[in-house]
Amino acid sequence: MSVIEANGLRKAFGTTVALDGIDLRVEEGRILGLIGPNGAGKSTAINAILGLTPHQGRLRVLGSDPWAARDHLMRDVAFIADVAVLPRWLRVSQALDYVAGVHPRFDRAKAESFIAKTTIERHSRVRELSKGMVTQLHLALVMAIDARLLVLDEPTLGLDILYRKQFYDALLNDYFDHRRTILLTTHQVEEIQNVLTDFMFIHHGRIVLTCSMEDFEARYAEVTVHPERLAAARGLEPLHERQVFGRSTLLFERVDRGQLQQFGDVRTPSIADVFVAVIGGPSTAARAGGG
Amino acid sequence: MATSDSTATPDPSPRPQAGGGSPAFAVAVPSPLHVLYWSVRRELWENRFLYFVPLIVAALILSGFALGGIHPQFAHTTGSPPRTEQMTVTPLDQASLSLMLCYVIIGVIYCLGALYNERSDRSILFWKSLPVSDVTSVIAKACIPVVILPLIIFAVIVITQGIMVLAASAALFGRHVSGSALWAGTPLLPMWAATLYHLLAVHGLYYAPIYGWLLLASAWARRAPILWASLPVAAVLIIERLVFHTSAFAHLLLSRLGGGPAAIKFPPPVDMPMRPGFADLGAFLASPGLWIGLVIFALFLAAAVRVRRYQGPI
Repeated sequence: MSVIEANGLRKAFGTTVALDGIDLRVEEGRILGLIGPNGAGKSTAINAILGLTPHQGRLRVLGSDPWAARDHLMRDVAFIADVAVLPRWLRVSQALDYVAGVHPRFDRAKAESFIAKTTIERHSRVRELSKGMVTQLHLALVMAIDARLLVLDEPTLGLDILYRKQFYDALLNDYFDHRRTILLTTHQVEEIQNVLTDFMFIHHGRIVLTCSMEDFEARYAEVTVHPERLAAARGLEPLHERQVFGRSTLLFERVDRGQLQQFGDVRTPSIADVFVAVIGGPSTAARAGGG
Repeated sequence: MATSDSTATPDPSPRPQAGGGSPAFAVAVPSPLHVLYWSVRRELWENRFLYFVPLIVAALILSGFALGGIHPQFAHTTGSPPRTEQMTVTPLDQASLSLMLCYVIIGVIYCLGALYNERSDRSILFWKSLPVSDVTSVIAKACIPVVILPLIIFAVIVITQGIMVLAASAALFGRHVSGSALWAGTPLLPMWAATLYHLLAVHGLYYAPIYGWLLLASAWARRAPILWASLPVAAVLIIERLVFHTSAFAHLLLSRLGGGPAAIKFPPPVDMPMRPGFADLGAFLASPGLWIGLVIFALFLAAAVRVRRYQGPI
């Protein structure tokens, strides 16, 4: 059984189509990144998967329809929206009490040991914590839930780079195992490249590209080409071309790396580069890669 | 994670979780009542004014009583015992009426915020990420004005009146006067039983449809729930007046606010202290007004559940 299965998933707000018939299948043990520009439909897709919004088309999460059975589903699904959703009046000890009271899969001792590693005080209210501490608290609560699917919607929004790094380290080292599945969206594509097993580009409510990281290296290659060989390289139909320090960098899809070697050093591009090539269209030469 | 060495792959059977103990799928699910209990506690954590405000009101009553009340009230008791009851009942009833008024005000404020604040601070996304249904959440919120507030107000009334009677006895004792007439004229236990009945019957159950309406407005409004709660009512009143030249809806509302068969008579009959009584418990339970009100309450709550299900942060 797939963890998430969607066929023709559609959602419109009035005349605005947020999801335009999405087909998607996420297997157990994957870490899938949902990547797209603002307003592409990422959050709508996640809201539908979490049972927060009604939808058209078929959607099954862990075998059940999330809109019909959100409360039951949430025993097996954990969710972090972004840093601002823990209520400001909540005390750390109350958060532990409450989640322990209502959640059958919450391991309080585990959450306490995560919190013990931070500087968060038990009697503090959320309003007294820094943004980074609130995220640590939320992550401690969620990581102590023995969930089968973890959904993270922009979990590191507004955090500085140190916390973002810690966040993903904790996620991979302390939480993820191959029985669990993680679905995440973020703007900071570069930071999650090494975290993901799969990614998906979503644009104007449609899935533009689905790729596993195993396939990614075989599928995409990038070469910075000597100017005199540019014409020959262009003959191989690059997906995208951009200028870096006056040299042309060409991105190829499904072209043999041996064949590309003659033009220069062949590298695996970043997801961000492929994202620009696929979503940004051909006329985005001005935008340099993240490096 | 990219390594796919076939010889090193462990057997695929589910392994026990480190520290967790129980394997997935076989976890004791908390009972609905247990979840409701924690949801009600959650409301009390968030809305501390539910008990702070009555305590502050009680403190004001007691300081007013201490500053001006004790001396003149009980100075007469030695000479004319028959007047004792009237003299002691009045400040006690004032205390109880003030706290009941306080109940109405904080009940309205609570209901208007209950399903609105969680959306305006986005915490609804956190609550909805937990296995608690919208039904349980809305029932927990409805329990506050109907069940929890009557008990809080009752406890504060008992404490306040108890302190007042003790203070009065002490004042009499200080003047070398026996307090027995005072105690005999103040039937505290029957009075408290009647107070609890009044709080649960009128302020809890009979007013329930009002709380239901306020909760629905609170779930619905994207801003200013107080306007969503009051403007439709005003519209119905005005339209009825203009179109039918009647005021049936106004009478309906006033009789609801009046408290029905279990209400305290106001203004009180001259020969009776203004005090709730049990006399009409049967009439109260048999009155259609109570049951129609409870059905409307249930309908408003069902609507609030449905609205909460669709609503996200605002």
